[in-house]
Amino acid sequence: MSVKVRIPSPLRSYSGGADVIEVSGANVGEVLNGLKAKAAGIETRLFKGPNQLNRFVNVYLNDEDIRFLQNLETPVKAGDELSIVPAIAGGAAKVSDES
Amino acid sequence: MSYVIGLKCKECGHRVPVSPVHVCQACFGPYEVEYDYEKMRGKVTRESIVAGPKSLWRYRDLLPIAGEPKTGHFSGFTPLRKAQRLARELGCSDLWIKDDSCNYPTYSYKERVVSVAITKALEFGFDTVGCASTGNLANSTAAHAAQAGIRCFVMIPHDLEQGKVLGSLIFGPTMVRIRGTYDDVNRLCTEIADKHGWAIVNVNLRPYYTEGAKTHGFEIAEQLGWRLPQHTVVPTAGGTILPKVYKAYREFIELGLVADNQPKIYSAQAAGCNPVVKAIHKGIDIIEPQKPNTIAKSIAIGNPADGYYVWHAVKDSGGWGESATDREIVDAIKLLARTEGIWTEPAGGTTLAVAMKLIQQGRIPRDESIVISITGNGLKTLETVQNDLPMPEVIEAKLTEFDEFLARHQVEAKLQTHEKLPRPSRQGVPVV
Repeated sequence: MSVKVRIPSPLRSYSGGADVIEVSGANVGEVLNGLKAKAAGIETRLFKGPNQLNRFVNVYLNDEDIRFLQNLETPVKAGDELSIVPAIAGGAAKVSDES
Repeated sequence: MSYVIGLKCKECGHRVPVSPVHVCQACFGPYEVEYDYEKMRGKVTRESIVAGPKSLWRYRDLLPIAGEPKTGHFSGFTPLRKAQRLARELGCSDLWIKDDSCNYPTYSYKERVVSVAITKALEFGFDTVGCASTGNLANSTAAHAAQAGIRCFVMIPHDLEQGKVLGSLIFGPTMVRIRGTYDDVNRLCTEIADKHGWAIVNVNLRPYYTEGAKTHGFEIAEQLGWRLPQHTVVPTAGGTILPKVYKAYREFIELGLVADNQPKIYSAQAAGCNPVVKAIHKGIDIIEPQKPNTIAKSIAIGNPADGYYVWHAVKDSGGWGESATDREIVDAIKLLARTEGIWTEPAGGTTLAVAMKLIQQGRIPRDESIVISITGNGLKTLETVQNDLPMPEVIEAKLTEFDEFLARHQVEAKLQTHEKLPRPSRQGVPVV
Protein backbone atom coordinates (compact mmCIF):
# COMPACT_ATOMS: atom_id res chain seq x y z
CA MET A 1 0.00 0.00 0.00
CA SER A 2 1.45 3.35 -0.99
CA VAL A 3 1.04 5.96 1.71
CA LYS A 4 2.21 9.56 2.09
CA VAL A 5 4.51 10.23 5.01
CA ARG A 6 4.80 13.82 6.28
CA ILE A 7 8.34 14.61 7.39
CA PRO A 8 8.79 17.27 10.11
CA SER A 9 11.41 19.94 9.51
CA PRO A 10 13.99 18.52 11.98
CA LEU A 11 14.20 15.42 9.76
CA ARG A 12 14.17 17.03 6.31
CA SER A 13 17.95 16.96 6.10
CA TYR A 14 17.53 13.20 5.57
CA SER A 15 14.87 13.60 2.89
CA GLY A 16 16.74 16.18 0.85
CA GLY A 17 14.30 18.84 2.02
CA ALA A 18 11.16 16.95 1.01
CA ASP A 19 8.23 17.37 3.40
CA VAL A 20 6.31 14.40 2.01
CA ILE A 21 7.65 11.01 0.95
CA GLU A 22 5.61 8.18 -0.59
CA VAL A 23 6.36 4.75 0.82
CA SER A 24 4.82 1.30 0.48
CA GLY A 25 4.08 -1.05 3.32
CA ALA A 26 1.36 -3.16 4.92
CA ASN A 27 1.51 -1.50 8.31
CA VAL A 28 2.91 1.58 10.02
CA GLY A 29 6.14 -0.17 11.04
CA GLU A 30 6.86 -1.33 7.49
CA VAL A 31 6.17 2.13 6.10
CA LEU A 32 8.48 3.82 8.60
CA ASN A 33 11.22 1.26 7.94
CA GLY A 34 10.72 1.79 4.23
CA LEU A 35 11.54 5.49 4.58
CA LYS A 36 15.25 4.76 4.63
CA ALA A 37 15.21 3.90 0.92
CA LYS A 38 14.42 7.54 0.14
CA ALA A 39 15.82 9.18 3.30
CA ALA A 40 18.93 7.27 4.28
CA GLY A 41 19.67 7.43 7.98
CA ILE A 42 16.24 8.65 9.06
CA GLU A 43 15.57 5.33 10.77
CA THR A 44 18.33 6.07 13.30
CA ARG A 45 16.33 9.05 14.51
CA LEU A 46 12.94 7.35 14.46
CA PHE A 47 13.80 4.07 16.14
CA LYS A 48 15.75 3.39 19.29
CA GLY A 49 15.63 -0.36 18.68
CA PRO A 50 14.04 -2.81 16.25
CA ASN A 51 10.30 -2.16 16.45
CA GLN A 52 10.75 0.44 19.19
CA LEU A 53 10.07 4.05 18.35
CA ASN A 54 12.15 6.83 19.87
CA ARG A 55 10.19 8.08 22.89
CA PHE A 56 10.12 11.58 21.45
CA VAL A 57 8.55 10.59 18.16
CA ASN A 58 4.77 10.53 17.84
CA VAL A 59 3.23 8.99 14.75
CA TYR A 60 -0.27 9.77 13.53
CA LEU A 61 -2.23 7.75 10.96
CA ASN A 62 -4.80 10.05 9.36
CA ASP A 63 -4.61 12.31 12.44
CA GLU A 64 -5.02 9.49 14.99
CA ASP A 65 -2.14 8.76 17.35
CA ILE A 66 -1.03 5.18 16.58
CA ARG A 67 -0.85 4.48 20.32
CA PHE A 68 -4.66 4.54 20.24
CA LEU A 69 -4.56 2.06 17.33
CA GLN A 70 -2.17 -0.87 17.10
CA ASN A 71 1.11 1.03 17.28
CA LEU A 72 3.58 -0.16 14.64
CA GLU A 73 1.28 -3.06 13.69
CA THR A 74 -1.51 -0.71 12.63
CA PRO A 75 -2.44 -1.68 9.05
CA VAL A 76 -2.39 0.99 6.37
CA LYS A 77 -4.24 1.28 3.08
CA ALA A 78 -3.67 3.19 -0.16
CA GLY A 79 -4.22 6.93 0.30
CA ASP A 80 -3.52 6.92 4.04
CA GLU A 81 -1.36 9.69 5.47
CA LEU A 82 1.23 9.22 8.20
CA SER A 83 2.57 12.20 10.13
CA ILE A 84 5.77 12.12 12.13
CA VAL A 85 5.64 14.75 14.87
CA PRO A 86 8.23 15.38 17.57
CA ALA A 87 6.51 14.35 20.81
CA ILE A 88 7.36 17.58 22.53
CA ALA A 89 5.47 19.81 20.17
CA GLY A 90 8.04 21.95 18.51
CA GLY A 91 10.22 22.52 15.54
CA ALA A 92 12.86 24.86 14.25
CA ALA A 93 11.37 28.29 13.83
CA LYS A 94 12.53 31.00 11.51
CA VAL A 95 12.86 34.52 12.84
CA SER A 96 10.63 36.72 10.71
CA ASP A 97 13.35 38.89 9.26
CA GLU A 98 15.87 36.12 8.66
CA SER A 99 16.79 35.84 4.98
CA MET B 1 23.80 40.32 33.64
CA SER B 2 22.65 37.10 32.02
CA TYR B 3 23.80 33.79 33.42
CA VAL B 4 22.50 31.83 30.43
CA ILE B 5 25.06 29.61 28.70
CA GLY B 6 22.75 28.30 25.97
CA LEU B 7 20.36 25.44 25.33
CA LYS B 8 21.15 21.86 26.28
CA CYS B 9 19.15 18.75 25.38
CA LYS B 10 17.65 17.15 28.49
CA GLU B 11 18.09 13.72 26.99
CA CYS B 12 21.43 13.56 25.18
CA GLY B 13 23.18 16.73 26.34
CA HIS B 14 23.51 18.19 22.83
CA ARG B 15 24.15 21.95 23.09
CA VAL B 16 23.13 24.84 20.85
CA PRO B 17 23.32 28.61 21.36
CA VAL B 18 20.27 30.57 22.53
CA SER B 19 17.84 30.35 19.60
CA PRO B 20 14.08 29.78 19.10
CA VAL B 21 14.35 26.01 18.83
CA HIS B 22 12.80 23.41 21.03
CA VAL B 23 13.54 19.98 19.60
CA CYS B 24 17.03 18.53 19.82
CA GLN B 25 18.54 18.04 16.40
CA ALA B 26 20.31 14.91 17.53
CA CYS B 27 17.67 12.95 19.42
CA PHE B 28 14.35 14.83 19.30
CA GLY B 29 14.45 15.38 23.03
CA PRO B 30 13.58 18.76 24.57
CA TYR B 31 16.12 21.54 24.89
CA GLU B 32 16.41 23.22 28.27
CA VAL B 33 18.06 26.53 29.17
CA GLU B 34 21.47 26.01 30.77
CA TYR B 35 22.75 28.50 33.37
CA ASP B 36 26.19 29.14 34.82
CA TYR B 37 25.42 28.51 38.49
CA GLU B 38 29.07 28.97 39.45
CA LYS B 39 28.97 32.57 38.24
CA MET B 40 25.78 33.13 40.22
CA ARG B 41 27.31 32.13 43.54
CA GLY B 42 27.60 35.12 45.83
CA LYS B 43 25.81 37.32 43.29
CA VAL B 44 22.35 35.76 43.28
CA THR B 45 21.53 35.92 46.97
CA ARG B 46 18.57 36.47 49.25
CA GLU B 47 19.56 40.14 49.38
CA SER B 48 19.76 40.53 45.61
CA ILE B 49 16.32 38.95 45.23
CA VAL B 50 14.71 40.98 48.00
CA ALA B 51 16.08 44.13 46.37
CA GLY B 52 14.25 43.28 43.16
CA PRO B 53 10.76 44.36 42.04
CA LYS B 54 7.62 42.94 43.69
CA SER B 55 6.94 40.80 40.65
CA LEU B 56 8.19 37.58 39.11
CA TRP B 57 11.09 39.55 37.68
CA ARG B 58 12.76 39.68 41.08
CA TYR B 59 14.07 36.27 40.01
CA ARG B 60 15.35 37.52 36.64
CA ASP B 61 18.87 36.20 37.25
CA LEU B 62 17.38 32.71 37.08
CA LEU B 63 15.28 33.49 33.98
CA PRO B 64 16.49 33.26 30.37
CA ILE B 65 16.21 36.88 29.19
CA ALA B 66 19.14 38.84 27.82
CA GLY B 67 17.85 42.41 28.24
CA GLU B 68 15.03 44.09 30.11
CA PRO B 69 11.66 42.41 30.75
CA LYS B 70 9.08 43.54 28.21
CA THR B 71 5.85 42.41 29.92
CA GLY B 72 4.72 41.04 33.27
CA HIS B 73 5.95 43.97 35.31
CA PHE B 74 3.20 43.37 37.86
CA SER B 75 2.81 39.64 37.34
CA GLY B 76 3.72 37.08 39.95
CA PHE B 77 4.42 37.91 43.60
CA THR B 78 1.03 36.43 44.41
CA PRO B 79 -0.06 35.68 47.98
CA LEU B 80 1.12 32.66 49.89
CA ARG B 81 -1.66 32.33 52.44
CA LYS B 82 -1.64 30.35 55.63
CA ALA B 83 -4.93 28.43 55.33
CA GLN B 84 -6.04 28.28 58.97
CA ARG B 85 -9.70 27.32 58.50
CA LEU B 86 -8.97 24.78 55.77
CA ALA B 87 -6.20 23.36 57.93
CA ARG B 88 -8.68 22.85 60.76
CA GLU B 89 -11.09 21.04 58.42
CA LEU B 90 -8.34 18.72 57.24
CA GLY B 91 -6.67 18.27 60.61
CA CYS B 92 -3.40 19.83 59.43
CA SER B 93 -1.15 22.26 61.24
CA ASP B 94 1.05 23.93 58.60
CA LEU B 95 -1.05 24.29 55.47
CA TRP B 96 -0.55 27.01 52.84
CA ILE B 97 -2.20 28.07 49.61
CA LYS B 98 -0.04 29.57 46.87
CA ASP B 99 -2.72 31.66 45.23
CA ASP B 100 -2.13 32.36 41.54
CA SER B 101 -5.90 32.79 41.04
CA CYS B 102 -5.32 36.53 41.49
CA ASN B 103 -2.26 36.78 39.24
CA TYR B 104 -2.06 39.92 37.13
CA PRO B 105 -3.46 40.59 34.52
CA THR B 106 -5.47 37.47 33.63
CA TYR B 107 -5.79 35.56 36.91
CA SER B 108 -3.78 32.41 36.40
CA TYR B 109 -0.27 31.02 36.85
CA LYS B 110 0.23 31.43 33.07
CA GLU B 111 1.37 35.04 33.50
CA ARG B 112 4.68 33.58 34.65
CA VAL B 113 5.46 31.60 31.52
CA VAL B 114 4.01 34.17 29.14
CA SER B 115 6.01 37.10 30.57
CA VAL B 116 9.22 35.24 29.84
CA ALA B 117 8.12 33.85 26.47
CA ILE B 118 6.94 37.17 25.06
CA THR B 119 10.01 39.02 26.30
CA LYS B 120 12.12 36.36 24.60
CA ALA B 121 10.02 36.46 21.40
CA LEU B 122 10.67 40.20 21.17
CA GLU B 123 14.39 39.61 21.81
CA PHE B 124 14.42 37.14 18.90
CA GLY B 125 12.68 39.66 16.66
CA PHE B 126 9.38 37.83 16.16
CA ASP B 127 6.44 40.02 15.11
CA THR B 128 3.76 37.44 15.89
CA VAL B 129 3.15 35.29 18.95
CA GLY B 130 0.68 32.50 19.44
CA CYS B 131 -0.21 29.57 21.61
CA ALA B 132 -2.09 26.30 21.86
CA SER B 133 -4.27 26.61 24.93
CA THR B 134 -6.95 25.15 27.15
CA GLY B 135 -7.93 28.69 28.07
CA ASN B 136 -5.66 30.39 30.61
CA LEU B 137 -2.62 30.46 28.36
CA ALA B 138 -4.62 32.06 25.56
CA ASN B 139 -5.99 34.70 27.95
CA SER B 140 -2.53 35.53 29.19
CA THR B 141 -0.81 35.49 25.80
CA ALA B 142 -3.50 37.73 24.31
CA ALA B 143 -3.30 40.21 27.19
CA HIS B 144 0.49 40.42 27.26
CA ALA B 145 0.58 40.68 23.46
CA ALA B 146 -1.86 43.58 23.67
CA GLN B 147 0.37 45.30 26.26
CA ALA B 148 3.44 44.73 24.08
CA GLY B 149 1.67 45.74 20.86
CA ILE B 150 2.52 42.51 19.07
CA ARG B 151 0.29 40.42 16.76
CA CYS B 152 -1.28 37.38 18.43
CA PHE B 153 -2.98 34.14 17.42
CA VAL B 154 -4.60 31.84 19.97
CA MET B 155 -5.56 28.27 19.09
CA ILE B 156 -8.05 26.57 21.39
CA PRO B 157 -10.30 23.50 21.44
CA HIS B 158 -13.83 24.40 20.32
CA ASP B 159 -15.59 23.60 23.61
CA LEU B 160 -13.93 25.75 26.27
CA GLU B 161 -15.81 27.59 29.00
CA GLN B 162 -17.31 30.91 27.96
CA GLY B 163 -15.21 32.88 30.43
CA LYS B 164 -12.04 31.46 28.94
CA VAL B 165 -13.14 32.24 25.36
CA LEU B 166 -14.30 35.80 26.08
CA GLY B 167 -11.23 36.18 28.29
CA SER B 168 -9.07 35.94 25.19
CA LEU B 169 -11.32 37.63 22.61
CA ILE B 170 -11.51 40.86 24.60
CA PHE B 171 -7.82 41.51 24.01
CA GLY B 172 -8.26 41.35 20.26
CA PRO B 173 -6.12 38.40 19.10
CA THR B 174 -7.03 36.26 16.12
CA MET B 175 -8.71 33.25 17.71
CA VAL B 176 -8.88 29.90 15.99
CA ARG B 177 -11.30 27.39 17.53
CA ILE B 178 -10.40 23.87 16.55
CA ARG B 179 -12.77 20.95 16.45
CA GLY B 180 -11.02 18.44 18.67
CA THR B 181 -9.15 18.09 21.93
CA TYR B 182 -6.26 20.17 23.17
CA ASP B 183 -3.96 17.42 21.87
CA ASP B 184 -5.26 18.03 18.34
CA VAL B 185 -4.70 21.78 18.79
CA ASN B 186 -1.18 21.25 20.07
CA ARG B 187 -0.20 19.04 17.21
CA LEU B 188 -1.55 21.58 14.70
CA CYS B 189 0.47 24.30 16.42
CA THR B 190 3.67 22.33 15.86
CA GLU B 191 2.92 22.40 12.18
CA ILE B 192 1.96 26.09 12.28
CA ALA B 193 5.21 27.02 14.06
CA ASP B 194 7.12 25.03 11.45
CA LYS B 195 5.39 26.63 8.49
CA HIS B 196 4.71 30.25 9.49
CA GLY B 197 7.68 31.18 11.66
CA TRP B 198 5.63 32.51 14.56
CA ALA B 199 6.63 32.41 18.20
CA ILE B 200 4.20 29.82 19.55
CA VAL B 201 5.02 30.35 23.20
CA ASN B 202 4.45 26.76 24.39
CA VAL B 203 5.82 25.12 21.26
CA ASN B 204 8.93 26.57 19.67
CA LEU B 205 9.67 28.92 22.56
CA ARG B 206 9.06 26.18 25.10
CA PRO B 207 12.56 26.11 26.70
CA TYR B 208 12.19 29.80 27.65
CA TYR B 209 8.46 29.61 28.39
CA THR B 210 8.78 26.79 30.90
CA GLU B 211 11.47 28.61 32.87
CA GLY B 212 8.88 31.20 33.92
CA ALA B 213 7.06 28.50 35.91
CA LYS B 214 10.02 28.31 38.29
CA THR B 215 8.94 31.65 39.75
CA HIS B 216 5.89 29.93 41.30
CA GLY B 217 8.35 27.79 43.26
CA PHE B 218 10.81 30.59 44.02
CA GLU B 219 8.01 32.64 45.54
CA ILE B 220 6.84 29.76 47.70
CA ALA B 221 10.35 29.37 49.09
CA GLU B 222 10.87 33.07 49.69
CA GLN B 223 7.42 33.76 51.10
CA LEU B 224 7.57 30.77 53.45
CA GLY B 225 10.54 32.52 55.02
CA TRP B 226 13.35 31.14 52.86
CA ARG B 227 12.34 27.58 53.58
CA LEU B 228 10.91 24.86 51.38
CA PRO B 229 7.62 23.18 52.20
CA GLN B 230 8.01 19.49 52.89
CA HIS B 231 5.10 18.71 50.56
CA THR B 232 3.93 20.63 47.48
CA VAL B 233 0.86 19.53 45.52
CA VAL B 234 0.75 20.79 41.94
CA PRO B 235 -1.71 20.12 39.08
CA THR B 236 -0.44 18.34 35.98
CA ALA B 237 -1.74 19.18 32.53
CA GLY B 238 0.96 19.42 29.85
CA GLY B 239 3.60 18.91 32.52
CA THR B 240 5.19 22.35 32.66
CA ILE B 241 4.72 23.52 36.22
CA LEU B 242 5.56 20.50 38.37
CA PRO B 243 9.09 19.81 37.09
CA LYS B 244 9.88 23.53 37.15
CA VAL B 245 8.67 24.03 40.73
CA TYR B 246 10.97 21.14 41.67
CA LYS B 247 13.80 22.71 39.65
CA ALA B 248 13.19 26.04 41.40
CA TYR B 249 13.54 24.39 44.80
CA ARG B 250 16.71 22.60 43.68
CA GLU B 251 18.22 25.82 42.26
CA PHE B 252 17.65 27.64 45.54
CA ILE B 253 19.26 24.72 47.39
CA GLU B 254 22.17 24.70 44.94
CA LEU B 255 22.75 28.42 45.46
CA GLY B 256 22.59 28.05 49.24
CA LEU B 257 19.46 30.20 49.61
CA VAL B 258 17.43 27.53 51.41
CA ALA B 259 18.18 24.37 53.34
CA ASP B 260 17.70 21.02 51.64
CA ASN B 261 14.86 19.40 53.57
CA GLN B 262 14.13 16.91 50.76
CA PRO B 263 10.91 18.58 49.58
CA LYS B 264 8.42 16.17 48.01
CA ILE B 265 6.30 17.09 45.00
CA TYR B 266 2.92 15.52 44.19
CA SER B 267 1.04 15.47 40.89
CA ALA B 268 -2.70 16.13 40.84
CA GLN B 269 -4.82 15.12 37.86
CA ALA B 270 -8.48 14.61 37.09
CA ALA B 271 -9.69 11.02 37.10
CA GLY B 272 -11.03 11.61 33.58
CA CYS B 273 -7.57 12.53 32.28
CA ASN B 274 -4.72 11.13 34.35
CA PRO B 275 -2.02 9.66 32.10
CA VAL B 276 0.84 10.74 34.37
CA VAL B 277 -0.74 9.62 37.65
CA LYS B 278 -1.51 6.23 36.09
CA ALA B 279 2.13 5.87 35.13
CA ILE B 280 3.23 6.94 38.62
CA HIS B 281 0.99 4.26 40.14
CA LYS B 282 2.33 1.65 37.67
CA GLY B 283 5.90 2.60 38.50
CA ILE B 284 6.91 2.77 34.82
CA ASP B 285 7.91 6.03 33.12
CA ILE B 286 5.99 5.33 29.93
CA ILE B 287 3.10 7.78 29.72
CA GLU B 288 0.22 6.24 27.80
CA PRO B 289 -1.98 8.87 26.12
CA GLN B 290 -5.69 9.14 26.96
CA LYS B 291 -8.79 10.74 25.49
CA PRO B 292 -9.83 13.26 28.17
CA ASN B 293 -13.28 13.19 29.78
CA THR B 294 -13.53 15.63 32.69
CA ILE B 295 -14.97 19.01 33.67
CA ALA B 296 -11.41 20.03 34.46
CA LYS B 297 -10.95 21.25 30.90
CA SER B 298 -7.91 23.35 31.67
CA ILE B 299 -5.93 20.24 32.59
CA ALA B 300 -7.56 17.90 30.04
CA ILE B 301 -4.37 17.07 28.16
CA GLY B 302 -4.27 13.42 27.19
CA ASN B 303 -0.78 13.55 25.71
CA PRO B 304 1.29 15.75 28.03
CA ALA B 305 4.45 17.06 26.37
CA ASP B 306 6.45 16.94 29.61
CA GLY B 307 4.67 14.03 31.29
CA TYR B 308 7.90 12.03 31.39
CA TYR B 309 9.60 14.84 33.35
CA VAL B 310 6.69 15.12 35.77
CA TRP B 311 7.04 11.38 36.45
CA HIS B 312 10.75 11.75 37.15
CA ALA B 313 10.45 14.87 39.31
CA VAL B 314 7.83 13.08 41.42
CA LYS B 315 9.99 9.96 41.68
CA ASP B 316 13.22 11.85 42.44
CA SER B 317 11.56 13.87 45.17
CA GLY B 318 9.87 10.87 46.76
CA GLY B 319 6.41 12.23 46.04
CA TRP B 320 3.32 10.57 44.55
CA GLY B 321 0.26 11.36 42.47
CA GLU B 322 -3.49 10.99 42.76
CA SER B 323 -6.64 11.66 40.74
CA ALA B 324 -9.89 13.38 41.66
CA THR B 325 -13.34 12.69 40.25
CA ASP B 326 -15.44 15.53 38.85
CA ARG B 327 -17.62 15.44 42.00
CA GLU B 328 -14.57 15.64 44.26
CA ILE B 329 -13.24 18.55 42.19
CA VAL B 330 -16.43 20.61 42.57
CA ASP B 331 -16.66 19.82 46.29
CA ALA B 332 -13.07 20.96 46.75
CA ILE B 333 -13.74 24.22 44.88
CA LYS B 334 -16.61 24.91 47.29
CA LEU B 335 -14.58 23.88 50.34
CA LEU B 336 -11.73 26.22 49.44
CA ALA B 337 -14.15 29.08 48.80
CA ARG B 338 -16.02 28.56 52.06
CA THR B 339 -13.01 28.08 54.31
CA GLU B 340 -10.52 30.48 52.74
CA GLY B 341 -12.43 32.86 50.49
CA ILE B 342 -10.58 31.73 47.38
CA TRP B 343 -12.58 30.82 44.26
CA THR B 344 -10.60 28.58 42.01
CA GLU B 345 -11.39 26.80 38.77
CA PRO B 346 -11.40 23.00 38.36
CA ALA B 347 -7.60 22.75 38.12
CA GLY B 348 -7.39 24.24 41.61
CA GLY B 349 -10.24 22.05 42.84
CA THR B 350 -8.36 19.04 41.48
CA THR B 351 -5.21 20.01 43.35
CA LEU B 352 -7.02 20.49 46.66
CA ALA B 353 -9.06 17.29 46.25
CA VAL B 354 -5.89 15.33 45.53
CA ALA B 355 -4.07 16.92 48.48
CA MET B 356 -6.97 15.82 50.70
CA LYS B 357 -6.67 12.24 49.39
CA LEU B 358 -2.93 12.16 49.95
CA ILE B 359 -3.43 13.42 53.50
CA GLN B 360 -6.18 10.87 54.16
CA GLN B 361 -3.97 8.12 52.76
CA GLY B 362 -1.25 9.17 55.18
CA ARG B 363 1.18 9.84 52.34
CA ILE B 364 1.32 13.48 53.41
CA PRO B 365 1.64 13.68 57.22
CA ARG B 366 -0.81 16.13 58.81
CA ASP B 367 1.80 17.84 60.93
CA GLU B 368 4.29 18.68 58.17
CA SER B 369 4.39 21.79 55.98
CA ILE B 370 2.14 21.55 52.93
CA VAL B 371 1.66 23.96 50.04
CA ILE B 372 -1.25 23.58 47.62
CA SER B 373 -0.76 25.31 44.25
CA ILE B 374 -3.88 27.13 43.11
CA THR B 375 -3.28 28.01 39.49
CA GLY B 376 -6.50 29.54 38.16
CA ASN B 377 -9.65 31.50 38.94
CA GLY B 378 -13.23 30.25 39.28
CA LEU B 379 -14.78 33.32 37.68
CA LYS B 380 -13.65 31.99 34.31
CA THR B 381 -15.42 28.64 34.72
CA LEU B 382 -18.93 29.53 35.88
CA GLU B 383 -20.35 26.45 34.18
CA THR B 384 -18.56 24.23 36.67
CA VAL B 385 -20.45 25.37 39.75
CA GLN B 386 -23.65 26.72 38.21
CA ASN B 387 -25.71 23.65 39.03
CA ASP B 388 -24.29 23.41 42.52
CA LEU B 389 -25.26 26.96 43.49
CA PRO B 390 -29.05 27.26 43.31
CA MET B 391 -30.29 30.82 42.89
CA PRO B 392 -31.97 32.18 46.05
CA GLU B 393 -35.57 33.39 45.59
CA VAL B 394 -36.39 37.04 44.98
CA ILE B 395 -38.28 39.00 47.66
CA GLU B 396 -39.91 42.43 47.64
CA ALA B 397 -38.07 45.30 49.31
CA LYS B 398 -40.14 44.93 52.49
CA LEU B 399 -38.90 44.18 55.96
CA THR B 400 -41.75 41.72 56.54
CA GLU B 401 -40.70 39.71 53.52
CA PHE B 402 -37.13 39.75 54.69
CA ASP B 403 -38.09 38.44 58.12
CA GLU B 404 -40.16 35.73 56.46
CA PHE B 405 -37.16 34.90 54.32
CA LEU B 406 -35.03 34.49 57.44
CA ALA B 407 -37.63 32.33 59.11
CA ARG B 408 -37.98 30.17 55.98
CA HIS B 409 -34.25 29.59 55.86
CA GLN B 410 -33.65 29.25 59.57
CA VAL B 411 -33.19 25.51 59.39
CA GLU B 412 -30.80 25.73 56.43
CA ALA B 413 -28.91 28.65 57.97
CA LYS B 414 -27.36 26.35 60.60
CA LEU B 415 -23.57 26.06 60.11
CA GLN B 416 -22.69 22.70 58.56
CA THR B 417 -19.28 21.11 58.40
CA HIS B 418 -18.41 19.33 55.20
CA GLU B 419 -19.87 15.84 55.40
CA LYS B 420 -17.52 14.09 53.01
CA LEU B 421 -14.40 14.70 55.11
CA PRO B 422 -13.32 12.24 57.80
CA ARG B 423 -13.53 13.65 61.30
CA PRO B 424 -10.19 15.43 61.66
CA SER B 425 -7.87 14.59 64.50
CA ARG B 426 -7.42 17.49 66.90
CA GLN B 427 -3.88 16.49 67.88
CA GLY B 428 -1.32 19.15 67.29
CA VAL B 429 -3.75 21.56 65.63
CA PRO B 430 -3.15 25.02 67.04
CA VAL B 431 -6.10 26.90 68.49
CA VAL B 432 -6.94 29.76 66.15
